[in-house]
Amino acid sequence: MLRYLLEKEFKQFFRNRFLPRLVIALPLIALAVFPLVADMDVKNLSLSVIDSDHSRTSQQMQEKIASSGYFKESGNFADYKSALQSIEKGDADLLLEIPQQFEQSLNRENSGSLMIAANAVNGMQGGLGSAYLSAIIADYNRELIANTQGSAFLPVTAVEVRPLFRFNPNLSYRVFMIPALIAMMLVMICGFLPALNIVSEKENGTIEQVNVTPVSKFTFILSKLIPYWVIGFVVATLCIFTAFVFYGMFPTGSVLPLYIFIAVFVLGFSGFGLVVSNYAKNIQQAIFVMFFFVITLIFISGLYTPFKNMPAWMQMLGNASPLKYFIQVLRMTYLKSATFAEMQHLFYPLCALAVFFNSWAVLSYWKKSA
Amino acid sequence: MSVIKVENLTKHFGNFIAVNNITFQVEKGEIFGFLGVNGAGKTTAMRMLCGLSQPTSGSGTVAGYDIASQSEDVKKHIGYMSQKFALYEDLKVWENMRLYAGIYGVPRSEIPAVIDRMLAALGFESEKNTLVKELPLGWKQKLAFSVSIIHRPEIVFLDEPTGGVDPAARRQFWEFIYKAADEGITVFVTTHYMDEAEYCHRVSIMVDGRIEALDTPARLKQQFSVASMDDVFTKLARKAEGGEQ
Amino acid sequence: MKTFFSFVKKEFLYIFRDIPTMIILLLFPILMIILFGFGINTEVRDTRVAVFDPSRDVATQELVNRLSASEYFVIDRYLSDISEAEKVLKKGNVGLVVVFSNNFNENMQRGSASVQLITDGSDPNTASSLANYATAIINQLAVDHAQLATNVGGNNSRLPIINCQFKLLYNPTMKGAYNTVPGVLGLVLMLICTMMTSISIAREKETGTMEVLLVSPVKPITIILSKTAPYFVLSLVNLATTLLLSIFVLKVPVAGSLTLLVGLAMLFIFLCLSLGVLISIVAPSQIVAMLVSAVVMMMPTILLAGLIFPVENMPLILQVIAQILPAKWFIEAVRNVMIKGVGISAISQEVLVLSGMAVMFLAMSVKKFNKRIE
Repeated sequence: MLRYLLEKEFKQFFRNRFLPRLVIALPLIALAVFPLVADMDVKNLSLSVIDSDHSRTSQQMQEKIASSGYFKESGNFADYKSALQSIEKGDADLLLEIPQQFEQSLNRENSGSLMIAANAVNGMQGGLGSAYLSAIIADYNRELIANTQGSAFLPVTAVEVRPLFRFNPNLSYRVFMIPALIAMMLVMICGFLPALNIVSEKENGTIEQVNVTPVSKFTFILSKLIPYWVIGFVVATLCIFTAFVFYGMFPTGSVLPLYIFIAVFVLGFSGFGLVVSNYAKNIQQAIFVMFFFVITLIFISGLYTPFKNMPAWMQMLGNASPLKYFIQVLRMTYLKSATFAEMQHLFYPLCALAVFFNSWAVLSYWKKSA
Repeated sequence: MSVIKVENLTKHFGNFIAVNNITFQVEKGEIFGFLGVNGAGKTTAMRMLCGLSQPTSGSGTVAGYDIASQSEDVKKHIGYMSQKFALYEDLKVWENMRLYAGIYGVPRSEIPAVIDRMLAALGFESEKNTLVKELPLGWKQKLAFSVSIIHRPEIVFLDEPTGGVDPAARRQFWEFIYKAADEGITVFVTTHYMDEAEYCHRVSIMVDGRIEALDTPARLKQQFSVASMDDVFTKLARKAEGGEQ
Repeated sequence: MKTFFSFVKKEFLYIFRDIPTMIILLLFPILMIILFGFGINTEVRDTRVAVFDPSRDVATQELVNRLSASEYFVIDRYLSDISEAEKVLKKGNVGLVVVFSNNFNENMQRGSASVQLITDGSDPNTASSLANYATAIINQLAVDHAQLATNVGGNNSRLPIINCQFKLLYNPTMKGAYNTVPGVLGLVLMLICTMMTSISIAREKETGTMEVLLVSPVKPITIILSKTAPYFVLSLVNLATTLLLSIFVLKVPVAGSLTLLVGLAMLFIFLCLSLGVLISIVAPSQIVAMLVSAVVMMMPTILLAGLIFPVENMPLILQVIAQILPAKWFIEAVRNVMIKGVGISAISQEVLVLSGMAVMFLAMSVKKFNKRIE
């Protein structure tokens, strides 16, 4: 019986003008284009400077900042107010104010104050920008100390700090984004399509003819599930392929465990889509419910934002999201060359969720109305 | 032998009583007409018999199985054609036939022969590879009918099978119904065309959820002393209106 | 006018009877505010640190104490072997591994001590924040020790120290919400006005009820207006919830004029409705209307309009594409009014672009609509 239902699902899928193209084009475009978009690297920051000191020190410091390559200077301003305007207009992201007699006080009193003001509408950009700027100034300060001390008899107390960014030495944001995009494509395609499937049979009335046959609920749900399972493999493979061709990103770990995880994840998430489809009365409802859940899941699963920074109650919710485990698997396979054994603790929750959603899908499919 | 037995069958939707305490029996091989205006409760009653809707109270058996507790067994022995065309429009004619033949367990090797026989019976040989959505409405309904009896069920339920088609096509459709009945299939058909009532062996007339009359067309006409089923119906409808006041 | 109101009433009833959809539409902005307000937290706090310390001397002890005293770090464990560093980072239960060199204290006095900070680069921004904070703490230690050494040496001249004062403009606590509230507003309005409207009109077309309306003596413009009226009201409700929640729950104040902000939102709502109508006229079915709104409008809006990812970081070609997205202009204008508190003159460009787009979409839908009727 299943065989004929599957035949029908596949025929319908391939006969649709839109869906096969969507399944091929969306992952290709998304993986080719979105990594370019999803760039939260803090770079190309513009700096406005108010140099009221006009001294050698202030000059040297500005040269040091310019040579760091992090900032491009967007101009020198006479006072704070006009510099602030450059931020308001969006021409500058930060401003550095060097007060009058800065050099003098540094020489005489051994202390000088600077002010760094950053546009913090984007909090991270503002925070990291000012951290970079102050790090450059601290560096300059060390040079200054070394120069004053260098000839002296006193030993230099210094510690060399060497940051090492493991798994992503250049701190490329793409490396962070590509696994997230793969997960998102699977969610979009293998979540939304099943969600629309049963409900559109309801809207067309074709489900009546099936409901009056002796087809079992289990067989029916299986016939809806398997096509998206196959599609999931196609989508995942396309994503992996595109990421490799365009960005040279390929899992550093072995691919086989990754596909095992993909199989379980897609099964679970399509099951969730079918649950939504079973309850929805019309297509519009199904779309909105899915949209609601997908956005929520993306945020509570740590796709774009660090999971550990979320409030505890949100992390609790996140534990019920298959996406949370799957994104970890993708990141670990892509970046950390993890083996199956190292990811085993993520496998069981995913399996449990897949069983849960699919049992729910079978139970919530009613051949008979109350 | 009765293939359908219904006793005090009732269905409520909230406060609305769609089917009110109906009792009747349908004999094997019969063409049983289920008449009534739109909204009289015909479709609801039929959906309960087919196991698509759970009765609020009362009981019934179809092909010997209880409609409330054994609806999946009922489904093995019946065919159903819904009011709204319910075959897959994006599948071809033969693909729809193959799907339902497969679902009802026709052995795989026999399916091509079944399809050819059906196409021949319908005179559809040239349309085998046509997408269903491209067929005219009258053809779609003939196709839906033949798919509903693809597995030679004991009973076939037809819900307004001739709605919206021209009189010639309707007559032709009834020829198919007769042919099915000749082959031993019990036909349970709802309609609101009173001329079609004359084609049935027995008819019941539903008004506001109740069966107000049940007999052969000839005896009903006699009982109400009128010349046509249309007049029987008008009389009953008038009585219902009177009753409401 | 009377027909118009009876039509509007019918539309309202139709939408409000669909309770699940109603609940979602009303909950959606609330959910978004909560997710964006609390979920996007880039502040690094209480990161677990593993330490590999072969020296175990005064200086390393002091440094570890200083790290654990800061709000950013908690010391999770000491590693007995350097190879464990890889393991703990891989598992992800530690965010930073601090590796000290041998004879740290001694070397520090000589100026040749070194510390390696190993972070998990799979989340680049967190990694660089962690490295920055730890570096600052270590440098401070070095400076303090140098200061101490100078004084001990009997030389009273202190070292020249530059102090930086920080001022985080508009958003002193660096809340993610300041950046995202304008984006959420844009997304919510787009969802309700464009996506909902386009799907609901496309459904009428699909089920054929539209045909019935079109042959009736009702003017097409009345039909369109009455279809959009309920979504207009809904979006006003959502506008109110979004603003109230951001002000009172997320504590994002409206720095500029509230009237200007509401006016701006009304303009955007009008634009989105016109766009929704246009999509529904062009789309042959509900699913296509949904996909067009989702794939062509919503996805680019989420990704390109500066909702999460800053527009200025994108490659030029995508920045150009972003310019044609209505939401990009709206989000920018809202950010300016709401967070920076500027007046209308500073956002005149955005207002002009948005008005132009609205008029264009409306003109296009009227043209297409008339053509269909003929």
